[in-house]
Amino acid sequence: MKLVRADVKRFVLGDRQADRVVPRSGFTAQLTVFAAAAMAFLAVFAMALSLAAGRLATRWGDELAQSSTIRIVAPLDQRAAQTEAALGILETTAGVAFARALSASEQQALLAPWFGAELDLQTLPVPQLIEVIEEDSGFDAAGLRLRLAAEVPGAILDDHSRWRAPLVDAANRLRLLGWLSAVLLGASVAAMVTLAAHAALAANAQVIAVLRLVGATDRYIAQAFIRRFTLRAFGGALVGSVVAMAVVAFLPDASDTAGFLTGLSFQGWHWFLPFLIPLLCAAVAFVATRAAAGRTLKRLA
Amino acid sequence: MIELNNVAYSYGGGALLSDISLQLAPGSFYFLTGPSGAGKTTLLKLCYGALQPTSGEVTLFGDDVAGLARDDIAVLRRRMGVVHQDCSFLDHLSVTENIALPLRVSGRQSKAAQEDLTELMAWVGLTHRAEALPPELSGGERQRAALARAVIMSPDVVLADEPTGNVDWEMSQRLLRLLVELNKMGKTVLIATHDLSLIRAAKSQVQARVLRIANRQVQLAGADL
Repeated sequence: MKLVRADVKRFVLGDRQADRVVPRSGFTAQLTVFAAAAMAFLAVFAMALSLAAGRLATRWGDELAQSSTIRIVAPLDQRAAQTEAALGILETTAGVAFARALSASEQQALLAPWFGAELDLQTLPVPQLIEVIEEDSGFDAAGLRLRLAAEVPGAILDDHSRWRAPLVDAANRLRLLGWLSAVLLGASVAAMVTLAAHAALAANAQVIAVLRLVGATDRYIAQAFIRRFTLRAFGGALVGSVVAMAVVAFLPDASDTAGFLTGLSFQGWHWFLPFLIPLLCAAVAFVATRAAAGRTLKRLA
Repeated sequence: MIELNNVAYSYGGGALLSDISLQLAPGSFYFLTGPSGAGKTTLLKLCYGALQPTSGEVTLFGDDVAGLARDDIAVLRRRMGVVHQDCSFLDHLSVTENIALPLRVSGRQSKAAQEDLTELMAWVGLTHRAEALPPELSGGERQRAALARAVIMSPDVVLADEPTGNVDWEMSQRLLRLLVELNKMGKTVLIATHDLSLIRAAKSQVQARVLRIANRQVQLAGADL
């Protein structure tokens, strides 16, 4: 760890010209930059996906978990009485923060997307809905169902868990998949830089021999390669990330129109996260080149 | 400063050098001679730590080479100037930068070092070629550049492997004069060569000792050359 710190310090403060001792290699250098840019581009999307999936999971989990619905399905003349009875039970149920019957106009608004705004609900046997907001501790759904069944035969409790759980699961999986992709992309950057560094070290065996002859330490020689590959990976990843962020920024925003869907775009401080990718890329390249150079130089005379 | 005790070296096939004991005295001038393939280059490599002896011990400036890490040897090289027969350079850097390379890799670039460099370039007669790239140099210019690079750190000892191998007689005389001058400044010089006329020419300028490799051994040759 101490040695790594020393190398990082040398990287920052050391001979800025150190990498001049290794000849420029146009084509492979461009490949490294390009690969780093492509990886960073993909990593930004993986990151956006993960964050969006995380938001979905949280939103569905939180908002839906806190609310339940009771439907009163009863003949018209009993509906009001049963609704009263159900509200009475809810008032005495531990864990229920708030319960109220939806008004006719609210129910009309809920159904309007399907039946149109002109429909008179009185002509249809539409069940009365009661909105139940839970306290954080939640309530005993099974117990409530039993009490309702005993006193309000037309009441059906729906705590949304039936369809909520798989959605939250799916969103969480998606988030995991996104982070896994990001990790794989990072590993690919490491593999790519290792290969490129090995190739560069092999191609420059003659240069390394000359440097050894004039008294260069392995550390100095390694630094020349480390500096070069770290800067390439950083530069490439920076370009890739910025392009990807621009693309993400111009994605159509779905969050306003579609209730609990969410846009893929970053939100708030999450916009700073993609800037970590070039830094991570540079760190990965630094470590990978350092390891490759350490291994290769030991084999050379 | 460089000491070999019962050193042997063998490549995969068999022993190339065996039971060699040698001590380079400070300030002296040596020739190392022998037929091609006798092991002159190998012996030089043992002397600057590029090879580890198969048995016996090599001591550089008081340190046993076997106990030194790669980077320790690199630091020791800064006290030894080495001129190779093929004198390889970094072909993408100018002659000046190549000659200053030992300064750069040891972090000793300074204003004073810059003045030394200018002086050194003049001494080896390469001032007018300062900005040329190594592949543009002639054989003699390459050898002089290699010599300048070997001495820029003001080493205690200069080891040269066939420094006159690729140049004409005139140029080899010029290189020899430079090496003799270095010796007069107090540096130990060891030149590996198979060129006996070069050795004869040197004898008129400097008190040179001749080491001959024969039958895997190093012998101090008589004055009969």
